[in-house]
Formats: sequence, structure tokens, C-alpha cells
Amino acid sequence: MPRNILVVGELAGGQPSSTTLELLSGAAGLAEGGTVSVTLLGTGATAAAAGCAGATTAYANDDAGYDTFNGERWLTALTAACDQASPDVILIGQTTAGREIGPRLAHRRGSAVAMDCTSIVAEGGAIKAQRPAYGGNALATYAFATSPAVATVRAKSWDAVPGAAPSSTVALPGAGESRTNVTGKEQVVAEGLQLQDAKVVISGGRGLGSAEAFSVVEDLAAAIGKDKAAVGASRAAVDLGWYPPSQQVGLTGKVVTPDVYFAVAISGASQHMAGCSGSKVIVAINRDADANIFGFAKYGIVGDYKTVVPAIIEELKK
Amino acid sequence: MHIVVCAKQIPDPETPPSAFRIDAASNKVVPAQGIAPVLSQFDGIAAEAALRIKEANAGSKVTVISLGADSAAAAIKQVLAMGADEGVLLNDPAFEDGDSYTTAKTLAAAIKKLGDVDAVFCGRQAADWDMGQVGLLIAEELGWPVSIIAKGVTSGGAGLQVQRVLEDGYENVETPLPAVVTVSNEFGEPRYPKLPQIMAAAKKTVTQWKTEDLGLSAGEVGKAGSRLKLETLSLPPKGGAVELMPGDTPAEQAAALVAKLRADKIL
Repeated sequence: MPRNILVVGELAGGQPSSTTLELLSGAAGLAEGGTVSVTLLGTGATAAAAGCAGATTAYANDDAGYDTFNGERWLTALTAACDQASPDVILIGQTTAGREIGPRLAHRRGSAVAMDCTSIVAEGGAIKAQRPAYGGNALATYAFATSPAVATVRAKSWDAVPGAAPSSTVALPGAGESRTNVTGKEQVVAEGLQLQDAKVVISGGRGLGSAEAFSVVEDLAAAIGKDKAAVGASRAAVDLGWYPPSQQVGLTGKVVTPDVYFAVAISGASQHMAGCSGSKVIVAINRDADANIFGFAKYGIVGDYKTVVPAIIEELKK
Repeated sequence: MHIVVCAKQIPDPETPPSAFRIDAASNKVVPAQGIAPVLSQFDGIAAEAALRIKEANAGSKVTVISLGADSAAAAIKQVLAMGADEGVLLNDPAFEDGDSYTTAKTLAAAIKKLGDVDAVFCGRQAADWDMGQVGLLIAEELGWPVSIIAKGVTSGGAGLQVQRVLEDGYENVETPLPAVVTVSNEFGEPRYPKLPQIMAAAKKTVTQWKTEDLGLSAGEVGKAGSRLKLETLSLPPKGGAVELMPGDTPAEQAAALVAKLRADKIL
């Protein structure tokens, strides 16, 4: 059944973000002969539209008033795009913008959104959205009683694929009014490699026992290579003040999908696993052989991180 | 200032996964034996944010509203014990098994009925379904501005000053009143009520409203009015069994692990 898909795109460094390209790839599979459109807002949007592989139409506006995400400004533009594209399905990334846009846009289109989905499929002519619930203890599948079906989608739920550039670009209105006003921004960014870009993520948990103990975790990251490995933390460790909130991995922190994820002294609470269960290989290091984390790990070492992690560092030097 | 706090009672998220059960026939979580339901933690933090504004602004009032069954009165009592002034329980079999939309629509109707509300504070998401949309949908229902995932919120300027958590830091947002704010764990821990406050809260009357009290009809609330239909709720597939690294010493175990990772060409 042909259906029209609209992807709410986002810019990263003047290009469509990696999540945008993943959504476009997913949209191609769901369209079944319908159209795929994309929206891009902010400086460089029109030029970046050429990079939106798989979309036939791009709706864009280069107004710098869109650069800092503002829900009300974006909603006005996205509503204009929806009026023209008549989407049956709207796909949005589960990002800072997406968390706000998803529910508000769905409501304004008289429909509903499924948040933080890990799979969207067309089944028997209907869209089905699958997402973790109960902190990852359960998997819920939803159908939509209203149209359009709106979903925010977790990063890496689809693989980006090459495709043709959009054949037409339609101008959206410039940034308008908003009742809320962003008056300033504080950037809190860890130095070096960012968590989501790292091929290896090494996270420490409550079992480390202290803030100082994170140095052992950092040593392992350094031994693997500063260009490959980044350090994360469980929410328990962050709430205790042992590591910065920017490095929190989990449902309410960052979702990471590295090649290998080291969970050091982490129990494996479901809300933490929601942030790392997409990793290719999970390695668990924990003193407690019954720890939940061993249910998710491919490789495990039952032992004290204080002796195990230095031993791994030594071994890597060989 | 009159602030409404929306509070939800949920199964304890600290329930060990081994005690987590789903009834496939009803698509519902089976309450774990001996583990009482709790106030969703983010809602407790939203209550803390509201109470701090109340304390900083003389003559302010905090009303806590929960949509739920009889047992949800416990969540209301907890927020009353923290220092909220009044509690309202939206309790009607017609409200059951709704989605975020019907939940927000029902809460928004109650907020309209209260009439003199300046702000609504919600947790960033309920720690059971983790959708994170009821606060946003209340704002859309009421036509109010909304700021989400706050690590700080104070009264001042045009209305409220909100620090919104971003992926790489936070931003300061100014919003006029009336407004909706959702609060995140970065705000800090909620206060623990003391025994005299718990005793006083226990004596307070919780107002109960049903569908007709809110000017709604049974067809537009709960399962009947919902737009998102839960089809299945299941346990996620388990990963394969863990392969524990052999060896009597950390060095031997580490050697086995590094060999595995190198053989898999992932390190």
C-alpha cells in the first residue's frame, strides 16, 4: 500500500545528521511506492537537502532563526510542510528536538506519536511501532487509530543507505514568533572523542565505589586509544556526583551503539541497558556473578575491577 | 502562584527483572508480590521544583493531581506530605487503559476545572512507559507554552526561567505564564517528608473527579478515546548466554578476553 512518509530532518555541521539519513533509509522501506519527503531548518538547509538520499522532495528554509531549536518556531514550519506533503507517516529522531516535536506535531495533526521506537514496520497494510517499556524490561508494539502515524526513532534503528538526491526543494516559511525564548546556553562537553562517536565505550557504575576510581576506567580507554574509546557512566554513578551528567549512558542519558561496550562494576539495571543494549558486544566485569549485566553480556569476567581492569590494560600492551 | 503537579503511581522501577511478569492475555504487567507501587520518581522531582517556587513566592499554592485507581491516592498523599496544599484524584473505570493523549486530555480538563492555575509541572517522563509526552500534550490541550527536561526552574522575568538539559549542556529558556514545565533528574533529589507531615497529609481529603465532573464523555477518555493502541506487551528476547572468561587469576582472564576481542576483530 503506497504511503507518504515525511522525515523531520536535523542538521549537524551543515549536513543532514546521521539520524536523518537513517530515518530516510527507513522511510524508503515503508513508502511502498508513496513519496518520501524531508524537512530541514536552519543555516545551510537548502544546500544540505542535496545530501538527503532517498527523499524526492525537500522542504527547507535557511533562516538562522531556526538554528537554535525552538519548538514553536519549528512547529509552524513543520505544519506547513505537513499541509503540502500530506504524510501518512512522520518519522522523527529521538533527539532533543524530537522529544518535543513528536508529541506536539502529532497532536496538531490530530493524531498520536509512539516515542523512542526501535522498529517501525508495515504489517498487513498498517504501521506498527515497537519500543522498549518498563525501562527495557518489556517490549511494546503499538498500532495507530489515527493518521498520520508519528514516531520518534532511536538512533541506529536503521542503517543509512545511499540513494538519489531530492528532485525538488520547496521553501518553507522563515522563523516566526515563539512564546518561549532561549536567553543563553551553557555547553558542557567532554574533551576529546564523544560517546556516540566512539567505537569502544567503557562505562563505570556504582560498584566502582568512588569518583577517584573512574581513573582506572579512563586508563583502560587510554590503553585502547583516545581516538577509539570514550568513557561513560551509569546514572547511579552520575547521581552520586562521580562523573559528569554529559557522560551518562541510559534511558535518560545517551544511547550508545559501539562495537564493544565495557560495563565495569555496573549491575545492569534495565534503564541503563536501554542506553547500551544496541552495542555489538557487551563485556561485563563485575564481582557479583548474579549481576543482571551478565544476562546481556557476550563476554564476562567475574572479579574485582581493581585487579581485572589493570590486567586487561597490561594484556593490551602485549 | 498556583502550580499543579501531575503525579503518577507506577510499579516500582527497582523491581528486579527476575520478578517482572507480563500477563499476555491482558497485555499488562503483573504486580510483583510484596513490592508496593511508587510515585514515579520524576514526578517527585517535579513536586520538589513546584514546592521551591511556592516557598519563594508568598501566597502560592500547589495542587497535586493524579489519574489512577484508588491506590493512586498514596502518590497524592506523598506529595501532600512533601508540602502540597490540595490533592485531586481522577478516578473512574472509564479512564483506564488510555494512552498519553487521553491521559493529557483528562488532566487538562481537571486543570481547566481548577481554573486559576498559573503553571503545570510534570516529570520528564513516567518511569514505566517512558514516553515523555503527557506534559507536552497537556500544553497543547491548554494552548500553553511548554519547556521540557528542566534541570532548574525559578519564577522571575516574564514568568518562569527554565534550564533545559541538552545533549551537550543546557540552555536558559524564558517562558510567560501560564506554562507547562517537565522536570528531569538533573534537578536534584526531592525532599523526604517527616512523620508529622505524613500524619497531617493522611488526614487531608483528596477530591475525586469522574468523567462527568470534567465535562468529558466516556467515549473520549481511557481506552475508548485513545489514539495509540497497545497491541502486544512482551518480554524482550534475551541475549545469548554469557561466556565467562576462564582462568584462575585476573591476568589469565584478561588474556582470554583480549584474545576473544582480537579474534572477533573488534579490538
